[in-house]
Amino acid sequence: MNAIVVMLLGLGAMFLGYVFYSKFIAEKIYKLDPNFKTPAHEFEDGVDFVPTNKYVLWGHHFTSVAGAAPIIGPAIAVIWGWVPAFLWVVFGTIFFAGVHDAGAIWASNRNKARSMGSLTGDVVSKRAQTLFMIVIFLVLLMVNAVFATAIAGLLINFPSAVIPVWGAIFVALIIGQVIFRKWMGLGAVSVLGVIALYILIWVGPSAPLALPEMALGLSDNAQWILILFGYAAIASLLPVWMLLQPRDYINGLQLFIGLILLYGAVLLLGPDMTAPAFNSNTPEGTPSMLPLLFVTIACGAISGFHGLVASGTTSKQLDKETDLRFVGYFGAIGEGSLSLATIIAACAGFATLADWEAVYTSFGQGGVSAFVEGGANIISQGIGLDVGIAETLLTVMAVLFAGTTMDTGLRLQRYIFQEWGNIYDISLIQKPLVATLLAVGSCLLLAFGAGGADGSGGLQIWPLFGTTNQLLAGLTLMVITVMLVRLGRPMYVTLLPLIFLLIMTVFALIIQLQGFYQDEKYFLFFLDIVVLVAAVWIILEATATLSKVSKENKQQG
Amino acid sequence: MNIHSIRQWFGRAGELMNEFYNAPYRSAIARAKRDEDDLFMLLVFSEMMGVPNPAAYYTLELQPLMLERFHEWHQRMGMEHSPLDNFRCC
Repeated sequence: MNAIVVMLLGLGAMFLGYVFYSKFIAEKIYKLDPNFKTPAHEFEDGVDFVPTNKYVLWGHHFTSVAGAAPIIGPAIAVIWGWVPAFLWVVFGTIFFAGVHDAGAIWASNRNKARSMGSLTGDVVSKRAQTLFMIVIFLVLLMVNAVFATAIAGLLINFPSAVIPVWGAIFVALIIGQVIFRKWMGLGAVSVLGVIALYILIWVGPSAPLALPEMALGLSDNAQWILILFGYAAIASLLPVWMLLQPRDYINGLQLFIGLILLYGAVLLLGPDMTAPAFNSNTPEGTPSMLPLLFVTIACGAISGFHGLVASGTTSKQLDKETDLRFVGYFGAIGEGSLSLATIIAACAGFATLADWEAVYTSFGQGGVSAFVEGGANIISQGIGLDVGIAETLLTVMAVLFAGTTMDTGLRLQRYIFQEWGNIYDISLIQKPLVATLLAVGSCLLLAFGAGGADGSGGLQIWPLFGTTNQLLAGLTLMVITVMLVRLGRPMYVTLLPLIFLLIMTVFALIIQLQGFYQDEKYFLFFLDIVVLVAAVWIILEATATLSKVSKENKQQG
Repeated sequence: MNIHSIRQWFGRAGELMNEFYNAPYRSAIARAKRDEDDLFMLLVFSEMMGVPNPAAYYTLELQPLMLERFHEWHQRMGMEHSPLDNFRCC
């Protein structure tokens, strides 16, 4: 099938989902009220609570939730063929992600913009809140380990991207100073910043850089992982205006440019989907599609991470309650469209089926490198850019995303350690440096513990990361469902996705458990058990709370 | 389209872009600034807590100016009234 058809079908379906389904959700289920006084107005303080223009808020929300995960997941999952991945991304976005993201903003907005974690404590139970914190910690731990491994892999596969990737950090540092010291307006700085970034990308292929294959007894993969964590630790300790803020901003611009380039090139070129629609010839060792597809693609279909952004920050800046339909639901669609672009790049970017199969040699192979290679082929043939430059461009895009998520993740994890220091009264852990070292240490333990000394363990936990992320989404859906039941409104729009998610995650966890045991990967086996316990706990908690609430409702009615 | 409306349009786009740059980090930066201000206030009131301050002669003058900030600070810290015996603000 032609990729233009796939693209139009996907984007069209998501757009219809926004026009019709999100309208139904907004009016009939969440009953959004334009006159409701949002927390941004009620507690306006110019710091946390600031009413913000809905397009700006959407841009902020979208760029915070869109990272490397909606690229890595689908790029791995197309190993089962592009149709399953396509369907799950499109329908997941319409019926799961949009409802979940908008619902998380709504729930938080109706509760003084509190975070999902503290809402869980109130709406469901204290036990559930503890559970929430544990799941968040696990997700952050895995996200850092996985992304470090993914970046290391990319930098090794595409050495032309090394200079632009690290150069981009210098560009961001300079932009940070220029803006902070008010030397120049933002418009001029953005244009210059983007030009500088693209000059670096253009220079990259003529100056590839690679680490020695072995140094101090460490493989190049392991060296990169250590360097990345060193960088992330420093970045997460710097004041945000120096590096994080300008880098996020440049990434945001880069995200829009990348999406336009990729979709534009697909439109101009109109390549065929060379990958099979349903792959009956999967490489040996590929797990069964059901249920693994549903946890391999988390971001891009439904992801619990979005609930954290939605409830912690977005809800505090909502100008009108009705805006959340656009911000939350359309934000999910933005992410879905990134995943769709990934599917097209990884499936239509190869000349023949044999080329494609040569990349997808085993489960977990291909992945983000396939996205880069395929996408670069499409861009170079579509708009005539040199393949090397196009590859560098997409690698830089993926690496910068993963990098930003990594240092945000590390920063959040540091806060968790510091909070534990507070709770248990250990003053040493409360220090930023010590907490950061602990966070880095636990991530490194996972990256190396899971896959041996070369640090390749990160990507093995990808499905496990997806599972944990889905569980987090499950907890958020549970909170929204309970709120809906208490209000006496129909609960099926959130309950059905919740049940589906819980079945698929538990099913996937059990299958993975078996796999880890057979492969004698006891570290992952243990991690899997921890997540499984959390999953069963969530199911018990959800059942108990829902039956209690519906009983209360009956007594009142 | 005349030059005036183009200029207006550019101005609006610039505003939105500034928001896009600043909104995500507004709270983190404001909090960092607040921490620094708190430290400064601690210096101003240090003599009252028994910490010798060589610049006390000058910082004494600042105390009345800090009154509002001080009130906001002790409330933020969960203390209903001023924790200093000889310095009441409410």
